[in-house]
Amino acid sequence: MNPHVIQALVLRYLFLYTRTPVRMVELLFWPLVHLLVWGYLTVFLQKNTGDSFPYAITFLIGAVILWDVLFRAQQGVAIFFLEDVWSRNLLNIFAAPVTTFDYLGATYVAGLLRAAVTSTILGVLSVILYSFNVLELRWYLVPFVLNLLVFGWALGMISTALIVRWGPAAETLAWATPFFIQPFAAVFYPVDGLPVVMQAFSKALPCSYIFEGMRDVLKDGDLPMRDLVIASGLNVVYLAAAGVLFVSVLKTARDKGLLTKFAAQ
Amino acid sequence: MPDPVLQVTDLVKRFGDFAAVNGVSFEIGKGQILGLLGANGAGKTTVINMMLGLITPSEGRIQVFGKDLAAHRIEILRRMNFCSTYTQLPGNLLVSQNLKVFGLLYRVPDLERRIDEVLELLEISHLKKRVSGHLSAGESTRLNLCKALLNRPELLLLDEPTASLDPDIADKVRKAVKRVREEDGATMLYTSHNMRDVEEVCDQVIFMHKGKILHFGTPAEIVAHFQEKSLEDVFIRVARGGDLETAKLVD
Repeated sequence: MNPHVIQALVLRYLFLYTRTPVRMVELLFWPLVHLLVWGYLTVFLQKNTGDSFPYAITFLIGAVILWDVLFRAQQGVAIFFLEDVWSRNLLNIFAAPVTTFDYLGATYVAGLLRAAVTSTILGVLSVILYSFNVLELRWYLVPFVLNLLVFGWALGMISTALIVRWGPAAETLAWATPFFIQPFAAVFYPVDGLPVVMQAFSKALPCSYIFEGMRDVLKDGDLPMRDLVIASGLNVVYLAAAGVLFVSVLKTARDKGLLTKFAAQ
Repeated sequence: MPDPVLQVTDLVKRFGDFAAVNGVSFEIGKGQILGLLGANGAGKTTVINMMLGLITPSEGRIQVFGKDLAAHRIEILRRMNFCSTYTQLPGNLLVSQNLKVFGLLYRVPDLERRIDEVLELLEISHLKKRVSGHLSAGESTRLNLCKALLNRPELLLLDEPTASLDPDIADKVRKAVKRVREEDGATMLYTSHNMRDVEEVCDQVIFMHKGKILHFGTPAEIVAHFQEKSLEDVFIRVARGGDLETAKLVD
């Protein structure tokens, strides 16, 4: 990876956002909506369930914040590519001295920035509105966030690969892909709350171990290290598989002229 | 011919059963401007896209600066650039921001000064702080050309750089292209449907038809070969497929 190239690509991304403040609405609006909906729902649950649901407010708000880390990381990768398609700049980038790894590196940084902006704002608001401090997760927050970032990047690469392969008609995958897995990701409920068949799928997703782990930390103050190891191992597999898929689709795109067709549409 | 900067050998590109480019070979010497002509669908843009590594050839070889493009793509792309009427720079960014991004991508030294130089060359210095998406078609084309000149490319691919421009702006673009060749010694591959462009700018011309090279020579030689009055008449005759059997296919 060439840091100068990554810097240039990320700079372009920052210029896009600073030049178009309305994009900040897209970046902040939905996370805020989710925080408000889930936050007040849990306030309501807490008031009406009392001691039988003692940690409800913390895990639901924590789930909103951590889910957003995954979602924004995925978006960083997928939207990065689409920005070039929408502005008819795709060929300028792919005909420049930019390797696939430089490009992916820049999308990872973009995802990291998006996740950092929204999770910081959500974290502050959750303290103000619900007296919930995400830092209650202590040092566990670091592996949680890292694992969710990596899985988000992997999902972003998969979304982008499918968009390149299937063309602009598949653009909606940039937003839809994380929600395909959300029901099985144990974001708002535990894995054993799912039917047995779905549990198998859930256990194949690294993020389900993270959300389960978050609930364990908030409930018991401790995390089974085995879960963290499994999540990290699965993430290595997903990231490698997504990388192979992305490189393979780019090769197919160059063989079939898909990049130039994309640029002409 | 001076040392070849670009050598294309037996280039073929097939999409399924259709051969968009079929056995094309040519070379361009240092400092030369080669025109690539042909009707829509002749295979010109596919040839350019293969030179940029955007499309992988089915067969054949492309060598740039004496190196194989497939093996040294990034190293080669750093020393070349392109401008196409089919691409734009992000419309939300200022002109200066777009040029800064591409200057960094191509690792242009003394970038701020170079940005001022290319803007001045294309006579759009006054647009430096304008939003790119607010430029007229002519201004936008010149901005694309600025991006293409930023890294002082040794090989410049220009795909219809004067399409949709009025005669005044087209003339400015042609003058800028010639000046870059004179001052920097850049080698260029130039496609255009404007025969005046080609006659004024190109040293030699390749006529393509249905993915093959029909004829190769100076503009005057081409006109003489086809026994027509002008390059435009040759173009029309070739595009309409008329009397092609009398035109010798290049072996």
